[in-house]
Amino acid sequence: MSQLTDLTIVQARDGLRAKDFTAEDLTLAHLSAIEALNPRLNAFITVSHSQALDQARAADKALAAGEQLALTGIPLAIKDLFCTAGVRTTAGSKILEPFVPPYESSVTANLLRDGAVFLGKANLDEFAMGSSNMTSAYGPVENPWKRRQDANAVLVPGGSSGGSAAAVAARLAMGATGTDTGGSIRQPASFCGLVGVKPSYGRCSRWGVVAFASSLDHPGPFARTVRDGAILLGSMAGHDPKDSTSADVPVPDYEAACARGVKGLRIGVPAEYRSDDMPGEIEALWRQGLDWLRAAGAEIVDVSLPHTKYGLATYYIVAPAEASSNLARYDGVRFGSRRDGEDLRDLYERTRAEGFGPEVRRRIMIGTYVLSAGYYDAYYLRAQKIRALILKDFTDVFAHVDALLTPTAPSAAFAQGENMDDPIKMYLNDVFTVPANLAGVPAISVPAGLDANGLPLGLQVIGKVFDEETVFAVAAEVERAAGFTALPSIRAGG
Amino acid sequence: MSLDPATIRRIASLARIRVEEHEVETLQTELNSILGWIEQLNEVNVDGVEPLTGGARMAMKMRDDVVTDGGYPEKVLANAPDRNGDFFAVPKVVE
Amino acid sequence: MGYAIEGSTGTWEVVVGLEVHAQVISNAKLFSGSATAFGAEPNSQVSFVDAAFPGMLPVINRECVRQAVRTGLGLNAHINVVSHFDRKNYFYPDLPSGYQISQYEHPVVGAGVVEVQLADGSTKQIGVTRLHLEQDAGKSLHDQHPTKSFIDLNRAGVALMEIVSEPDIRSPEEAGAYVRKLRSILRYLGTCDGNMEEGSMRADVNVSVRKHGEPYRTRCEIKNVNSVRFVMLAVEAEAQRQIEVWESGGTVQQETRLFDSARGITRPMRSKEDAHDYRYFPDPDLLPLVLDEAWIEELRLALPELPDARQARFMREYGLTAYDAGVLIAEKETAAFFETVAKGRDAKIAANWVTGDFFAALNRTGGSIENPPVSAENLGKLLDLIADNTINGRIAKDVFEAMLGTGKDPASIVDEKGLRQVTDTSAIDAAVAKIVAANQDKVAEYKSGKDKLFGFFVGQTMKAMAGKGNPTLINEALKKALS
Ligand SMILES: [Mg+2]
Ligand SMILES: [Zn+2]
Repeated sequence: MSQLTDLTIVQARDGLRAKDFTAEDLTLAHLSAIEALNPRLNAFITVSHSQALDQARAADKALAAGEQLALTGIPLAIKDLFCTAGVRTTAGSKILEPFVPPYESSVTANLLRDGAVFLGKANLDEFAMGSSNMTSAYGPVENPWKRRQDANAVLVPGGSSGGSAAAVAARLAMGATGTDTGGSIRQPASFCGLVGVKPSYGRCSRWGVVAFASSLDHPGPFARTVRDGAILLGSMAGHDPKDSTSADVPVPDYEAACARGVKGLRIGVPAEYRSDDMPGEIEALWRQGLDWLRAAGAEIVDVSLPHTKYGLATYYIVAPAEASSNLARYDGVRFGSRRDGEDLRDLYERTRAEGFGPEVRRRIMIGTYVLSAGYYDAYYLRAQKIRALILKDFTDVFAHVDALLTPTAPSAAFAQGENMDDPIKMYLNDVFTVPANLAGVPAISVPAGLDANGLPLGLQVIGKVFDEETVFAVAAEVERAAGFTALPSIRAGG
Repeated sequence: MSLDPATIRRIASLARIRVEEHEVETLQTELNSILGWIEQLNEVNVDGVEPLTGGARMAMKMRDDVVTDGGYPEKVLANAPDRNGDFFAVPKVVE
Repeated sequence: MGYAIEGSTGTWEVVVGLEVHAQVISNAKLFSGSATAFGAEPNSQVSFVDAAFPGMLPVINRECVRQAVRTGLGLNAHINVVSHFDRKNYFYPDLPSGYQISQYEHPVVGAGVVEVQLADGSTKQIGVTRLHLEQDAGKSLHDQHPTKSFIDLNRAGVALMEIVSEPDIRSPEEAGAYVRKLRSILRYLGTCDGNMEEGSMRADVNVSVRKHGEPYRTRCEIKNVNSVRFVMLAVEAEAQRQIEVWESGGTVQQETRLFDSARGITRPMRSKEDAHDYRYFPDPDLLPLVLDEAWIEELRLALPELPDARQARFMREYGLTAYDAGVLIAEKETAAFFETVAKGRDAKIAANWVTGDFFAALNRTGGSIENPPVSAENLGKLLDLIADNTINGRIAKDVFEAMLGTGKDPASIVDEKGLRQVTDTSAIDAAVAKIVAANQDKVAEYKSGKDKLFGFFVGQTMKAMAGKGNPTLINEALKKALS
């Protein structure tokens, strides 16, 4: 038997059922992996050791009683943006340093309902604003993957769900939750050689998830296989009456969908995702992916999403605007940290200047500006109209195809310190992922190959709204064909 | 559109973020660079396009008028940086 | 010519528009499941949603929407089948999320109209621009501690209807009449209790002044005025202030002010001195509010009779004057009281008793119509005793006094005190004969043409009969005896 931390969720589930090992064994294996590697990787902000063991023992009791739910005894990492009852939730920010939520987010409550074990709270870019995990007030996360040529370089895991991705890649957790506002699950999944799922908007409840940009925030899972991702999403998803934007639609069997195959599916190749500065190996991998799908019986169709190039700029109006308002509640009055001032106004201004890091302050300021009197129409209203055009692009294309295949990110993982001199350079990481957030359609990043440096690269499957099943089917086919078996240098037992 | 130092200070004040004098110039450069990049959106013809607010496309459900929440002042106040009895406390405001 | 203020440079007209905030009657808050009851312990009716904890989301209460639609229908207003919620962003410690969820561009209710009656008997139509739903803020207490303000979020998130009028109001009287009428309509509908002392209804008063025929000049907004009388005083004080500013060569600055009722003046609000930039945008946590047309029709059909309709009916059915009907319908409880008294009886007499002796007794005893010193049923029975000649009108006043606060049936008081009217003509004839005999000099004067003395004889006879004589029979007997 391979070591416990290497198992997929599917394998662990079978092993637990067969009593090959206990849930406590499984959790202990992960906790000791965390103990060994987290000081270096910094993937977790908070490790909930004793809670995890309690949950694992409860899982063992359930298993002994013959009760095995979808995730009984499966140890997971929870992005520290999900409020967890009694466990500190920081959102990667100093301003929430002392915050202990008295409630459990709906998504994590669903996972607990299905028997999951929570190992701790995963590091992230502050308030999920970033693509490198460099903006966390709790320090950067190291990507467990290393460049072949330059093994000393410390790479970023991507962001904002960088801690979740690093934890799953390094075998510190079997799966993780993330949130994807502009690519924050898919881009780190691509950088860390993982499967990252951003479901349709409304599929997973946002209740209890610290808000960044409400109309763009999508909770979703990280896993090492497509099938594991399907199992996790199946647990996380579902209508939640506490979130007005949660969709009241049934949750299909995603795990079953992974086995559907792609025969007869029409897969679109959006012309606008191709650019002159796209690295050759990414372009090649993309073509390879299309060949795999064609070989498996899919029809490949050229399509056009003409407003794609405006997605990122649109996003950088909409997201900061919503964030500027969502983050107004961090004022030092009811929770979180406070800096005293000469008067209330001074207290607000010092609390927020010292509590928020530079990227968060920058985005709040941009958001405040684009909503302010005299500028609303020129920026925010225009962005909303372009958002409508981007949605229309997808609607038009999905009248003819079942899914789209694109690269996930324009590069492999970069080193800490790279892309830091200019905010826009960092923003460009999300150029392929942002349109799906603006349109609310589901998308998965699946590891498909390595670059010349031995770093993982992902391909993105985008589908019709609420048709995650087709997306899982296509992603599973890419996974099968790619046979991605490469392992990160830093990993438990590695 | 280009932000001048006075606008930077006004936005910071609206957002209640203290900005030191020496930070104004850096912020000005950064924000102007971002806003300059965003200007590309002006190329798009948006005539007659209905703005899209969010990712969800459905009508809003309404809940029943039943008291189901509240009644736990201790939990509401437990994270407060300053309190007085069951009140939150802040520096005195003059109306 | 209406209300006007004489200044040193001529005559000024006052222009007023009102934004009335009315707390919606509902069990739970607009976007959370916490209770709305008034007067609870601090922060005891607060959920994590109300306190804007991280990750908390709003879900709308159907009843609050229903109440807003019913109110819109009651204001003869257009109901918007699709409306939207927006965020109004500003920082204040009693606004936990840093924004108020309100309706900015697309309110649930559009244009309507309210008719007010003025003292000179005229009526005036005041336009309603819109009604929208929004959240109330919490309460800040600034006077409990030398250096701190205290925050209670019990009220945070309670549903408010903001009812915005057109700038159609031209005098303190019209402003007062409008607020009173609005309150009456809301209370008839049961959508707001209209209790201005407890803050469940409060007015932002927008005032400007101008010379006749001019376009509007700059207005100032006087925030949170909490009684009808203060609304009227605030309009007058602010108009006077602005006229003084203009006439001394100054310019009125658009600003937010407070009415200082102790000094009878308005003063600028210090805490709102910031330039207003609320950065409204659609709340991404909520979806469009889409109403079912059939539901709106159902609500329209189920509306109760409203003040204007009731006044018209009282005039038509009971033959009351517009004034009496207006007084009786102003409060729906009063109208109901009157109708109980008037049912099957002479409505004009009932109206006189209710607006006369009964209102006087209410004032005197400090009672309320909900808890009256005499029940409508008993007052009705009293009128029956007059109508069937058991007692006369004079004795009825004594019986009424004896009924106050006792809950006693008037008939039993009449029996106990032996107040039954004397209709026995022989007894009356005997009393008349005695008075005539004792006052021969007056009889002579009467007969020589001093007609007015007839009243003297009536009074004397009644007195001799301890007030219990039937007035009609006494009149007849006296006429016979004196002819
Ligand atoms: Mg107002
Ligand atoms: Zn308002």
